Amino acid sequence: MPVPKKEWKGLALVRALCSSLFALAICLCSCPRSHAQESPYIVTYDHYLEEPGNLDVEYFSTFGTQRGAGDFHAFWMEFEYGATAWWTTEFYLDAQTTFHDSTLFTGFRWENRFRVLQREHFINPVVYIEYEQKNGADKILKEVEGHDVESDDAVANASLRQEHDRELEFKLLLSKTFKGWNVAVNPLAGKNLSAGHPWEFGYAIGASHPLALAASPNRCNLCRENFIAGVEMYGGLGDADSFGLHDTSHYLAPAVAWNLPSGWTLRLSPGFGLNDNSHRFLLRWGVSREFAGFGEAVRRLLGRL
Amino acid sequence: MTAWFAAPLGLGLPVALANNSQKRETRTLAQPRNDESVYGEIAKAPAEARAKRNPFENDAKAIAAGSKLFEQHCAECHGNMAEGSKKAPSLREDEVQRAEPGALFWVLTNGVVRRGMPVWSKLPEPQRWQIVSFLKSLRNDISMHSASLP
Repeated sequence: MPVPKKEWKGLALVRALCSSLFALAICLCSCPRSHAQESPYIVTYDHYLEEPGNLDVEYFSTFGTQRGAGDFHAFWMEFEYGATAWWTTEFYLDAQTTFHDSTLFTGFRWENRFRVLQREHFINPVVYIEYEQKNGADKILKEVEGHDVESDDAVANASLRQEHDRELEFKLLLSKTFKGWNVAVNPLAGKNLSAGHPWEFGYAIGASHPLALAASPNRCNLCRENFIAGVEMYGGLGDADSFGLHDTSHYLAPAVAWNLPSGWTLRLSPGFGLNDNSHRFLLRWGVSREFAGFGEAVRRLLGRL
Repeated sequence: MTAWFAAPLGLGLPVALANNSQKRETRTLAQPRNDESVYGEIAKAPAEARAKRNPFENDAKAIAAGSKLFEQHCAECHGNMAEGSKKAPSLREDEVQRAEPGALFWVLTNGVVRRGMPVWSKLPEPQRWQIVSFLKSLRNDISMHSASLP
């Protein structure tokens, strides 16, 4: 019996997706582990890029309380690749579950970070450019911008998913590491590409420090140098029509990262809303694994096939 | 559908395993990227950086810790024995072994971004010095190896 054209297209799409996943799995199987030295930040960026040719696969979750509707669990996957020592590119897939409502895929993001200066300086700038295609139900709170407030999320998913946004986001990542302390400041400007939306602004700042500066001679999971503790603060700064700290949300979030010698990194960060416009509590956690030489493995695989 | 899933798996795993074994082979056999301009970065270290003393000089524990850090962060490109690979130069060469510890620390801190070496200032200073201690300890390995040759 002939397969209808629409069904055939769907099947072809599933096949393409599965074969891509197989190719990814094969490449990851052939990559040795790489010990990451990841910061504890979940929203803030420091100036360190992914090592060239390495792929960092990351999963993050955000549990958030919600007044006026069900609490939510938003989650996302990140595929972060070090294209060169001065350019890191990253692809995100976002989704969320709102309790007593539904679970849905909310969009994707493509992020690029470019290191501006070749060497370390007093302050190290990195330019961040991101394209987002998401619907209104996106709740990962990877950044807060404009007049983002808690009540925006207190709407049923069925309504929120009808809103489709295509956004460009620019950040200037300024960061400095001195005597083990990293301090990072990220001003951001975002523009919804649909007509009539003004530029929106936001910020994220963070500070972190490893629990020990020198490494111990033995290979160990629980050594103090494997833990980095920090704190980050992020929020909106209004938009071009109404700039400032008012009518938007702000969060303060202590954070800790545990970099295991096996190449895994675990992160945990409880966040607290600082005003009435903010979600009262956010609990974020993440797990990531760095694969060394992924680019080389892909090139070899493509050369073989 | 099952056959379609099984085929790439059946083909893919041997390819992946073969790639893995080939990778180990490549690491040891590939011609290291040892042209002089690569080592020229060491000469660019400013006098102030060169003059810095390694706080862990001749500290056996620091060498052991440096060896661990080297394996975790550097061996991927420079090879498990710092012998170099097609991605990055050998660190056993005279240019590195004769360099001041402060100059090596400076290169490690600033990277050689244009040539693909990332900045490593994300490692705290003591850890970077521990790596320098390990690199300098390779000189003894090399002289012992040379002495044992007929």
